[in-house]
Amino acid sequence: MENLLVIAVGAIFVNNIVLSRFLGLCPFFGVSKKTSSALGMGSAVIFVMTCASAITWPIYTYLLLPFNLEFMRTVTFIVVIATFVQLIEMVIRKYKPGLYKALGIYLPLITTNCAIMGVALLNAEEGYSLIGSVVNGFSAGIGFTLALLLMSGIRERLEFADVPKSFQDLPIAFVSAALLALAFMAFSGMRL
Amino acid sequence: MKLDELTKGVFKQNPIFYLVLGLCPTLAVSTRVDNALGMSLGVFFVLVCSNVIISLFKHRIPPQVRIPCFIVIIASFVTIVDLFMHGYAPELHERLGIYLPLIVVNCIILGRAEAFASKKSVFDSFLDAVGMSIGFMLAIVGIALCRETLSSGKIAIFDYTIVPTFTQSPSVMMTLPPGAFLTIAVIMAMIKYKAIRKEGR
Repeated sequence: MENLLVIAVGAIFVNNIVLSRFLGLCPFFGVSKKTSSALGMGSAVIFVMTCASAITWPIYTYLLLPFNLEFMRTVTFIVVIATFVQLIEMVIRKYKPGLYKALGIYLPLITTNCAIMGVALLNAEEGYSLIGSVVNGFSAGIGFTLALLLMSGIRERLEFADVPKSFQDLPIAFVSAALLALAFMAFSGMRL
Repeated sequence: MKLDELTKGVFKQNPIFYLVLGLCPTLAVSTRVDNALGMSLGVFFVLVCSNVIISLFKHRIPPQVRIPCFIVIIASFVTIVDLFMHGYAPELHERLGIYLPLIVVNCIILGRAEAFASKKSVFDSFLDAVGMSIGFMLAIVGIALCRETLSSGKIAIFDYTIVPTFTQSPSVMMTLPPGAFLTIAVIMAMIKYKAIRKEGR
């Protein structure tokens, strides 16, 4: 039985999905201009990532492994995740219009977010149990949201900063990400 | 102009520096030049094959389900690359790790399928894919070269040393995540600086 706290802290801080594993960078730079949209994207990612971990685990353990079909995992995972996101979108639109308004526009973007697929693959690679996978998915989502929120806060302030012309917009965002990653590296010294 | 389809991906619309697509593998794999080359070969194969196939079937695929269809086609080619590398270059396969199967969600490939291959002719799509992959390769290998040089203190491609050790205290940070962000920031700023100068003239 793996230690759930170790998985959680590891996924949020030590191996932050954005800043140390480089997954989900497109939304990280695309949606981090405003704190409100960062929060929306973050919650959508937490939700989908947790559910995707919960769904891909039984498929991998009970379907792919017993039949020696591990090589099919790329195709299977992406199809399952894409279908699932589509389904969620339809269900939320029908039953929770308020939530749909808040999360709706971010959901289609999530299908091609490599963070979701990456977490599913990492779960399979690390051989976590079902609960371990779900905790890992949830914490990775939290880590993503944390990084996204920090970044959007920085970028909102950068709006008022006097940035050299050639560094405006994306280059300065990359520099901020570098500093953020440097700060997060401090966690890698933690002994778990 | 046919040649234009090929060259636009390399410079004018370079997928990394202008379209800002496919950042994840670029930053994650560019710690060493040989990793970067392996990654770009994988992307080359997948992008060219999927672009050609999607363009061949563009009238057969119903528009409502096109994204799932594209994803399945792309995923099949990614699996081929994955198995091939596992068999013939196990060491590289090990180092690329989960980033190899993640080519499937690389925005460059789905983006080209959606924006180009599903509309244009087969030959044009082929040229577009080749150009885009060359652009991707130039960008990722360039970043990897900067990072490897600064972090090892010498310029070497595979095991051939081009410039022997020039510093005794290389910056290890460049192989770590902050170095990746910093490198791409500086390269992008340089490109922007050039563009601004050109405009001002």
